[in-house]
Amino acid sequence: MIDRFEKIKRKEREAAAGVDYTIGVCVAASCLSLQGDKVLDAFQEGIEGPKEEGSPPSRCRAKGVGCLGLCSRGPLVSVTKQQDQPADDQSRVLYQDVTVDDAPRILEAHEADKTVPDILCPTDTPFFERQIKIVLENSGKIDPTRIEEYIAADGYHALLEAVTEMTPNQVIDEIVRSGLRGRGGGGYPTGLKWTTVAKAQEEKVKYVICNADEGDPGAFMDRSVLESDPHRIIEGMTIAGYAVGASRGYIYVRGEYPLAIGRLKKAINQARRQNVLGNGICGTTFNFQIEIRLGAGAFVCGEETALIASIEGKRGQPRPRPPYPAELGLWHEPTLINNVETFANIAPIIRNGGDWFASYGTATSNGTKVFALAGSVAKNGLIEVPMGITLHEIVEELGGGTANGHQIKAVQTGGPSGGCIPASYFETPVDYESLKKLGSIMGSGGLITMDETSNMVDVARYFMEFCMAESCGKCVPCRVGTVHLHNLLDKIYNGKATHKDLALLERLCSFVSETSLCGLGQAAPNPIRSTLRFFREEYLDLLVDEPVHAISEEVAA
Amino acid sequence: MKRARVITFKIDGQDIGAHEDETILELARQNGIYIPTLCFLEGLSQYGGCRLCVVEVKGTDRLFPACTTYPIEGMEVFTDSDRLHGYRQDILQFLFSERNHVCSVCVSNGNCELQGLAFSTGMDHVEVPYLNPQLDVDASHPLFGLDHNRCVMCTRCVRVCDEIEGAHTWDVVGRGADARIVADLNQPWGEAASCTSCGKCVQVCPTGALFRKGASVAEMRKQATFLPYLSQMRAGWQNEEK
Repeated sequence: MIDRFEKIKRKEREAAAGVDYTIGVCVAASCLSLQGDKVLDAFQEGIEGPKEEGSPPSRCRAKGVGCLGLCSRGPLVSVTKQQDQPADDQSRVLYQDVTVDDAPRILEAHEADKTVPDILCPTDTPFFERQIKIVLENSGKIDPTRIEEYIAADGYHALLEAVTEMTPNQVIDEIVRSGLRGRGGGGYPTGLKWTTVAKAQEEKVKYVICNADEGDPGAFMDRSVLESDPHRIIEGMTIAGYAVGASRGYIYVRGEYPLAIGRLKKAINQARRQNVLGNGICGTTFNFQIEIRLGAGAFVCGEETALIASIEGKRGQPRPRPPYPAELGLWHEPTLINNVETFANIAPIIRNGGDWFASYGTATSNGTKVFALAGSVAKNGLIEVPMGITLHEIVEELGGGTANGHQIKAVQTGGPSGGCIPASYFETPVDYESLKKLGSIMGSGGLITMDETSNMVDVARYFMEFCMAESCGKCVPCRVGTVHLHNLLDKIYNGKATHKDLALLERLCSFVSETSLCGLGQAAPNPIRSTLRFFREEYLDLLVDEPVHAISEEVAA
Repeated sequence: MKRARVITFKIDGQDIGAHEDETILELARQNGIYIPTLCFLEGLSQYGGCRLCVVEVKGTDRLFPACTTYPIEGMEVFTDSDRLHGYRQDILQFLFSERNHVCSVCVSNGNCELQGLAFSTGMDHVEVPYLNPQLDVDASHPLFGLDHNRCVMCTRCVRVCDEIEGAHTWDVVGRGADARIVADLNQPWGEAASCTSCGKCVQVCPTGALFRKGASVAEMRKQATFLPYLSQMRAGWQNEEK
């Protein structure tokens, strides 16, 4: 098996050595929507198209690559010089806002060993230099549609090592030692979860599920990982299957990610053909199959019990826990369910060891975290930073402050289940405990920045509207409570509410969070609670002592 | 069959002996301790949706629904406190505000579980604004009617139709406040091919949402013999399975 990998690696190296420059055009969703595919076509046309008689063959080759990070300046194009390989971020040239017309200019310049200065994207900025890439190590470097490039970048080596040289317990030990915690938002220790599923009765059929139902507003980490490096998820899940004793896996992807679904399907077929998935993986007796299931647009299906119901073909609504899926999951069997980013961390941990992973981050939150940096910051995009970095560093240094000259007022983490953190707390290190102390959560990695022009009541209202629309309707506090909370916020924002309404709002917040069935309802009041905690005066400013014309308006309606 | 282990724990200070596979709600009822319920019905699977039966457990701030929580050795459960009482009133207020519950014109006035719960918990006013949604009445079935205005989404009808009758005529469509009970694939009840017209759903409905045609205000009474029949059916079915 290792010989086969070496052969693929050698072939890939030879292909790269045939040219002087490798041009990588981002073909992830954000850049594609800005015609990144046409840019790639233009490069290929320029390289392979008809040339003048007698001109030498091109010194460049062009390929599609995954997300290059700085999504707000797409389409992005990277040019790597051959002798620089293997290239890290600093030693390649990056172009931003590339159009179809720029392609011939870039080609022409690099044929003559020059660059095109006017569209050059500076890579010596904190946005690129402060990142540490574990999950995104291949993003923007390999072609996501070719398994050969993944293998050439040491892909599937961790799986080979796990199934041929390690026992399932050794694999789990390595994960436990890494201190990896669930990246879906809860932060439950991954090693502990794996141990629980592994210890479930041996004769039972077990399942591994990858939760790729990313639904938080402003979050696109999982989508980018799936689009840029799909094999990483397949490898992580297969290692998990080996460790816990499962032979079937499901990837639950939301239907709104057609590109990710297409690349995953292609990747699964390629992996089967290379014998790293399917029956007798890597020549051992270990079998593991992966199937894709599509979500149909319900946010609540990201909740694990609702997700399992949805895979079973039932209405996607949660059920009370315990029993947890580790004991009673898919088809009533023990089930391991982890998020995309969690699985993306598995292969590097097995390859480099748990201690290596634990050397990144803080004492309780190890490793790195991928964030989707969105909102008012100058540099929007995908970043991977070590745990423990402060919010100030993320927003002001990596994000480069605001684009419009306003001051950053707050960041929102954790989507509709999270909270707003004001600028005065930006020295807080980003780890699970610190964010929780501030009434927010780590969440899956959406990080929305807001400047002074945002009204926090409006922000809370927006998130409550989201929860209201996405409540499944099973339990009363969430189904009816989100409607009432939204209506109250609407009333406050429109200047029709009194102090009595605010008191009711606060009371209903604790009621809804304490009595709701699942995480959606329990966390739905978080955006209100955190904005009330840090921006109470904005609520008070909007209150009126007596409702203005409230009675006459009600009669009129 | 291996019977579950026997444990002891406390409900409201009272010592309770229990099998591990009995829920807190079952045990409270066996011991004469009242916990209000709405979506729960003996003989049907547990749902955990109405949240009226939430109880406190010593040592944690979290609330647990008694209908789906199993006791553990030494646990101390409290079924009544100011907090729980307030939350139960809140849940009932939410239900009354959600749709159009007008007792004075309802077929089930005087025989309604929602009304009864409001009486027994002392919910004498609704603090939140009424939502007054525009909802339909499905009168297409020859014998029965479905009035969405009075539905509390407890899904007892869905469960009895699926689990006891085996027809699965009813299901839920839509999300959040837009969730509705529908027959077959969202057809008028009268056109639902799977409906056997057995009337079990009408018998288990806690409010006047499902009613027998011809009943006028306060005339819709449930058969007192139906509920024991339901649990017997269920018990028989479970024994067969074992």
